[in-house]
Amino acid sequence: MNTGKRQKQRKVLLMGKSGAGKSSMRSIVFSNYVAKDVRRLGATIDVEHSNIKFMGNLMLNLWDCGGQDGFVENYLTHQRAHVFGSVAVLIFVFDIESREFQADVISYSNIIRALEECSPSAKVFILIHKMDLVQARLRVQLFEERAEYIRSASEGFRDIVEFFPTSIWDQSLYKAWTQIIYFLIPNAGTIEGLLRQLAEIIDARELILYERTTCLMVTHVTRGTEGQNPFTDRFERISSILKTHKQSMAKHTGIPAGSANFAEMQIKTGRFMFFITRLTENTNLAASIPPSEQVFNAARVNILLVRPQFAQLDIASKPRPGIQQAFAHSAESESRRDVGAGASEDRHSGKGKEAVGSGGGGGEYSG
Amino acid sequence: MEDLPDAEIPPSDVPPRYHTGRLPNSKVGDGKPRLLLMGQRRSGKSSISSVVFHKLPPSETLYLETTTRIKKESMHSFMDFQVWDLPGHLDYTDPTWDIDVIFGEIGALIWVIDAQDEYLEAIGRLNDTILKLQERYPDINVEVFVHKVDGLSEDYKSDTFRDIIQRVQDELSDNGYENAPVSFYQTSIYDHSIFEAFSKVIQKLIPQLPTLEALLNSLCSTCRIEKAYLFDIMSKIYIATDTSPTDIGSYEICSDYIDVVIDVSEIYGWDRPSENGSSEITETGNNDAESLITMERKGNNYLYLREINKYLALICLMGDDSPAEKKAVIDYNVGVFQAALNQVFPRAEREQLLSPE
Ligand SMILES: Nc1nc2c(ncn2[C@@H]2O[C@H](COP(=O)(O)OP(=O)(O)O)[C@@H](O)[C@H]2O)c(=O)[nH]1
Ligand SMILES: Nc1nc2c(ncn2[C@@H]2O[C@H](COP(=O)(O)OP(=O)(O)O)[C@@H](O)[C@H]2O)c(=O)[nH]1
Ligand SMILES: [Mg+2]
Ligand SMILES: [Mg+2]
Repeated sequence: MNTGKRQKQRKVLLMGKSGAGKSSMRSIVFSNYVAKDVRRLGATIDVEHSNIKFMGNLMLNLWDCGGQDGFVENYLTHQRAHVFGSVAVLIFVFDIESREFQADVISYSNIIRALEECSPSAKVFILIHKMDLVQARLRVQLFEERAEYIRSASEGFRDIVEFFPTSIWDQSLYKAWTQIIYFLIPNAGTIEGLLRQLAEIIDARELILYERTTCLMVTHVTRGTEGQNPFTDRFERISSILKTHKQSMAKHTGIPAGSANFAEMQIKTGRFMFFITRLTENTNLAASIPPSEQVFNAARVNILLVRPQFAQLDIASKPRPGIQQAFAHSAESESRRDVGAGASEDRHSGKGKEAVGSGGGGGEYSG
Repeated sequence: MEDLPDAEIPPSDVPPRYHTGRLPNSKVGDGKPRLLLMGQRRSGKSSISSVVFHKLPPSETLYLETTTRIKKESMHSFMDFQVWDLPGHLDYTDPTWDIDVIFGEIGALIWVIDAQDEYLEAIGRLNDTILKLQERYPDINVEVFVHKVDGLSEDYKSDTFRDIIQRVQDELSDNGYENAPVSFYQTSIYDHSIFEAFSKVIQKLIPQLPTLEALLNSLCSTCRIEKAYLFDIMSKIYIATDTSPTDIGSYEICSDYIDVVIDVSEIYGWDRPSENGSSEITETGNNDAESLITMERKGNNYLYLREINKYLALICLMGDDSPAEKKAVIDYNVGVFQAALNQVFPRAEREQLLSPE
């Protein structure tokens, strides 16, 4: 068993007014929900902790903080050091439809001050959410206005805070979360180096590495003219395509979405060839190559050969689903209420950490 | 898809001429089979047409403007259709209209009823229309879409559906019209049901349907394919499937799969500048897109897609006993199928030869 490197624990705070969409996005990105399922989620009371394993060596310690006024007050006073200490990332969600934008920003400011005091080196991402509720032609302007206003209330973080317009109804959510994750991955540079070598060997136009469960992009390598590809949002679009497809296969086959993985998908046309295949326990590799059967076959063989090298990068000490969630307190009742029907099999309550085989994705990793 | 100019209404007695190509299936003259969308205001007609024919995301239909004039769309595909979106506030059977311009040559009248709203008045108008039209145009298929069923509970949904069918049939037979050619569908733009319903409506208008079904049946049995669909790529309407039982689930996964292939093809099929020097590869890929998905759990082929011509794609859902080695058998038989199909619809192939797009 490989225990060479230690897992990195990163504390991530997910905050914003109640109803802003925090739990919805968390469920979609990390628990195989689709947008139309999230209406069934219950309200978040106080804080919901989840530990999310990403790429084997990164453990996201995600705090989804209920946004009701009483709780926020409590975070800022009695629990100030507990909540805001040792934070790696704060993700603050603003609801674009909120009727009390000014009040939201004041509340945000208070939180930012607490963060500055307890975790001055944290990174702040602001998601201006539910953009689908704004007419398309007004989106950019409204987003920029809001972002400027929020930036001015960001105190010591005003120069580093990053803004994203998001909606659970399109790939914008993936774009934002890809950036957040990229910031947190400890060895992104090493992975990128390996990927670049591989791309040269197989003469790929583009290689994209996706985390398997979330379908979030880890990193990509683009070569030659592919750099001029006009679809600059393609990485998150493919994330979203993969996630939707996974959902659709799960529904059709009755296999839980957490394990409805394809071994390979290939698309061949006169202009390009493309395939997505399993690379390591925690990743899928998407490759776009020139339209040639020889290149295609050689690429597949070469990818088989480099698998062990990549496997070393995502360290997992034992077979288990790519993502495991543990609830810190009152695990049983809380996970049940929150997950509801159609729950992802990836979730396991705190007590059941070892019991990965129970219909979840456990079994398939044994090979 | 292209928008035809909005017609000023009501037009004169000159019959409309909107033909853009050869029409293998036109009933009379040059007219394309026409689908009329009718129903009360805000029942969802424009939304349906935008979602099905323009791929508008369903949530964006909230911003559609009210239709005040007849809106004509043409669907240019393996066969040409016109879709007319008729504003709900007008009575087209009124004598001031040239009834023949609207109802002559139509393939199907789709009547949309908002299942989330009071529907008695809608049913009344539907029945009036059917009764007025039946003497003059007895061949019109009337297709009733009981629409917006997404917001309803299962029980309420099926009760409403049954109630609507009952009321329409009772009222028609009270008026002496028994066994009227009226079909009913439960639809919503928020799931696949609207595409399935459209598929069934359009299949009734394809004279070659039995031939297509026979070809697909034979393909399925030689390659042990569980279910095969022939899709119109643009609209994701399926124009034929083998005659084994269909369920919406099989349609859904095939339809989602087309999206995957189309999306990826759009992303990587962009017009590249020619790569000189850097690589020696001559393009050997097939012009017809082909795709295959192998499942991890099952370890066998699962979904297979093959572009048949400019408009159509074949999608096969494999059974548990269609092993991976059989890819060659499938390729061969799909080739046979493709050749046979191009005899049934020669036009698409001809166009492909002319413009290698
Ligand atoms: N239109 C729209 N609604 C959203 C979006 N994200 C979440 N919602 C809805 O917002 C409501 C509140 O979401 P929830 O995740 O519980 O908010 P939380 O209190 O911040 O956890 C739910 O009804 C969601 O369906 C979005 O991007 N667009
Ligand atoms: N819930 C739901 N709403 C729909 C559906 N189809 C259309 N709508 C909504 O119904 C409203 C009226 O639609 P519209 O297409 O303008 O109706 P028209 O007057 O018949 O053309 C719009 O707000 C649509 O978003 C559906 O399947 N489900
Ligand atoms: Mg919540
Ligand atoms: Mg309309």
